[in-house]
Amino acid sequence: MNNTPYVPVKEDFQFLPDRDITTDQNFASQGYWKGVAISFFRNKRAVAGLVIVVLIMFFAIFGPMMSSYSYKDIISVTSAEGKQIVAKGIGPQISGVLQGSGQNTELFADHTFLFGTDDVGRDLWTRTWDGARISLIIAFVTIVIDMIIGMSYGLISGFFGGMVDNIMQRIVEISNSVPRLVIVSVLAIFMPKGMFLVIVALLLTEWIGMSKISRAEMLKLKEQEYVLASRTLGAGSFHIIFRQILPNTIGPIITQVMFSIPTAIFTEAFLSFVGVGIVLPECSIGSLIEAGFNNITTLPYQIMPPIIVLALLMLGFNFIGDGFREALAPKLEDM
Amino acid sequence: MVKYTLKRVGLALLTLFLIVFLLFVLVRIMPGNPFPSERMSAEAIAAKRAEMGLDDPILIQFGRYLSNLLRGDFGKGTSLYNGAPINTVLATAISNSFRIGGLAILVGTAVGLLLGIVAALNRGKFLDHFCTVFSIIGVCVPSYVFLIFLQYFFSFKIPYFPYFFDANRFLFSSVLPSLSLSLFTMSTVARFTRNEMVEVMDSDYVRLAESKGLYGGTLVRKHVLRNALVPIVTVLAPLIVDLLTGALVVEKIYGINGIGKLMVDAITGEGVDYNYVLALGILYSALYIGIMLVVDLLYGLLDPRIRVSAKEGGS
Amino acid sequence: MANKTILEIKDLDISFRTNAGVIHAIRGVNLLLKKGETVAIVGESGSGKSVTMKAACGLLDSNAVINSGQVLYTYAEGDGPEQTVDLLKLPKKQLRKTINGNRIAMVFQDPMTSLDPTMQIGKQIMESMILYRGMSKADAWKRSVELLELVGITDAEKRMKNYPHQLSGGMRQRVVIAIALSGSPDILICDEPTTALDVTIQAKILELIKEVQDRLALSVIYITHDLGVVAKVADYVNVMYAGKIVEVGKVDEIFYEPAHPYTWGLLSAMPDLDTDDDRLYSIPGSPPNLLHEPQGDAFTPRNAFAMRIDEKEAPPLFKISDTHYAATWLLHPDAPKVELPEGLRARLERAKKEAEKYL
Repeated sequence: MNNTPYVPVKEDFQFLPDRDITTDQNFASQGYWKGVAISFFRNKRAVAGLVIVVLIMFFAIFGPMMSSYSYKDIISVTSAEGKQIVAKGIGPQISGVLQGSGQNTELFADHTFLFGTDDVGRDLWTRTWDGARISLIIAFVTIVIDMIIGMSYGLISGFFGGMVDNIMQRIVEISNSVPRLVIVSVLAIFMPKGMFLVIVALLLTEWIGMSKISRAEMLKLKEQEYVLASRTLGAGSFHIIFRQILPNTIGPIITQVMFSIPTAIFTEAFLSFVGVGIVLPECSIGSLIEAGFNNITTLPYQIMPPIIVLALLMLGFNFIGDGFREALAPKLEDM
Repeated sequence: MVKYTLKRVGLALLTLFLIVFLLFVLVRIMPGNPFPSERMSAEAIAAKRAEMGLDDPILIQFGRYLSNLLRGDFGKGTSLYNGAPINTVLATAISNSFRIGGLAILVGTAVGLLLGIVAALNRGKFLDHFCTVFSIIGVCVPSYVFLIFLQYFFSFKIPYFPYFFDANRFLFSSVLPSLSLSLFTMSTVARFTRNEMVEVMDSDYVRLAESKGLYGGTLVRKHVLRNALVPIVTVLAPLIVDLLTGALVVEKIYGINGIGKLMVDAITGEGVDYNYVLALGILYSALYIGIMLVVDLLYGLLDPRIRVSAKEGGS
Repeated sequence: MANKTILEIKDLDISFRTNAGVIHAIRGVNLLLKKGETVAIVGESGSGKSVTMKAACGLLDSNAVINSGQVLYTYAEGDGPEQTVDLLKLPKKQLRKTINGNRIAMVFQDPMTSLDPTMQIGKQIMESMILYRGMSKADAWKRSVELLELVGITDAEKRMKNYPHQLSGGMRQRVVIAIALSGSPDILICDEPTTALDVTIQAKILELIKEVQDRLALSVIYITHDLGVVAKVADYVNVMYAGKIVEVGKVDEIFYEPAHPYTWGLLSAMPDLDTDDDRLYSIPGSPPNLLHEPQGDAFTPRNAFAMRIDEKEAPPLFKISDTHYAATWLLHPDAPKVELPEGLRARLERAKKEAEKYL
């Protein structure tokens, strides 16, 4: 830069022609959400998380269609002697490329079982993606409902304050002191085991976090000028809560949602493993891991697909959640 | 401080009482039959109900239950373990769960803290990245998955550790379950410690301490650790409850007769055992509330902002 | 003794590594501090004022890279011979041991966050005395009480046992100053010491620093964006913009004969009771993003007097007097003559007359 100093010539000393210096070039109007999106997509981890989650969702939707079996089909062929031979415990195999382990595999040489088959002869590829689908559905349904309940609760509690807030917060405190397991066990007394039980159990616990966040946001926002302004203009409470403040709480709530989804998936997996969740022949990630565990000494490959899918889902959603949090509140280090 | 403590304790007791009441009422008014109806005749059930006083008004039942509870008596199971007294069964279960859980907490917290501190002091270097990857894995993979793998490799393939829990060889057979349980705590604590430390190290008051000449170990000990570790107490609390009450799946997998397994048995048996559900529910809630209370008080002790204002405020 | 250079910063150049890329925050800064004098560094947020001084104290964040430059500090050990060290070359441990605290001390911007919330203030003052200056606990206690009294804290004995949150903002800043003085430093660096305080407290803190400076013969560096503060305390002023010093001079030269358009902007932006304008002037635009190396003069996009050359080449420092320099092409012999903006000229005239009245 300094090696050849620039020698100015006369013409250089003319004023620049009329320019508009009043507009700020650095911070040219850029929408808030556009900024968030840009920093989110600049974050390698967040993008990786998004890719992982999208891929798993893709397979959860289309994976079962790619195979010719349904999740409950017990695959069998009729042998030369006229006996029904079931495709029990065949290791991963690709027709014509990879021969799976197990008995009677020669009879199934023309079948492809990417993840193998289980101990009763069902295709694990189909079951894994079906299980992932069930787990994802449970997670999304509960979190969306929890979001609605939690946000409304928190916003109302924070907005009205005083006595209302006091009572509502005591209720939160007490519900927060009941461990989730206790709620599940009480539910298990009178509800049939299955997907519905898992959803209700999650519904009863996950809203609390959301309500805390939206209440905190409400307390912060309600003192701000724009809310006061609309109040003096005669806007009703409902209008202020849902039209003015709600949109501003979306950011932190989305972050919370991204962290709640893995919690829901985790909980479902563990409840199904324990035996109060999904019942056979339906399957979920949790029940697949349990089945894999039961057969681990004989069919060790069986446990891998559901565990990997579970771990990847957790990883993906955690990365997305982190990415959101950083994008919403950028620190210098993360710029 | 005394007043503050009393107030906290009072509140916790009140919450616990409310929860016990709610649980009791819920369990009693729920439709369903506490006895395996296939195996018992209608008369036998009626007799049993009368014996247990299930036909009295609910408040009288609750009063009776509460007075028994205060004397430390959880009553008898309805179907589990042939109606053995819950106290005896629970005592064994608690001892197993607490010992294994306690070991997991100790190992998890100690290693987690160490890892977090080392990572923060080596920010951006290899150890920091290692800690990040480690804690991501630990948070994303459930502890029972670790146990399944450990059990498969070190009890089945290489049969070094026992395949199932054996109370007679306690320490030896708790290595695998404690280790797998500690991983989640370890990674959570490591990640949290690291982030808190980094935040504190960038704080103005650490800058000031440096500007007056502090450095190295003295700086970290005197200013960084204390400020970074206080919030970790709050993260640890729920983890401790989870571990002490026995991670259900781990106990189920490893055949440990602990609280978690008891809970599983109580809710997955042919007839759900109401009294066990109630007893365990109370135990879980009491532990949770108790530990939260301890954390609250501890926090006050560690953070002068709370301690002093509690003293001055007096309310 | 006077006029002896105590601290000299030469061609300091610092970058920060961030996830978005490298930010070239300090682009060749020179600065001179003489014994017993007060130098102010003025500029907008992000111009690099604080970074420059933090570099001098070895307090930079871990993602900072010092590309080049020297920070020369001259001192004498007791009655020993004078020696000069480059603080940037000193190992961190030695820097902390020998320089920080007992040679160069710093007062930070926000007293709310600059005291350790979990430690009694007395301990925070005594800490380095006991650890590094070998004082006994009793001596350190006595000295700390003296210091607290010196910075105007009443009931000093009692306050020693207080935690920071029990003190008001002004009190805390006094404590921070007491901590800074605890090692009897030669140089006191004040990083916006009054910005976070109430206006009424601001004046008191400034007076306090001045008083302490006179009493202890300190050299003081002020980092501020408030020209009002500068006028009250400084001997010399450095105006900083986008990681460079754009104008330097004695306080009178900067206030009455400013040469750089940026300085004009700063002066015009000062609130003034006598002004007839009913609108407060502000410099248009915002400082450049140093993620991208500016082409030519960094101030060009906001400069109403920008010329073609400003877009091509950064101006060197032009000498105006022995003490007054400015980096603007307007001072080049070939440049068109530019008068001070009318409003500003009138204001400076007024201010000058005002000042003469008090002489």
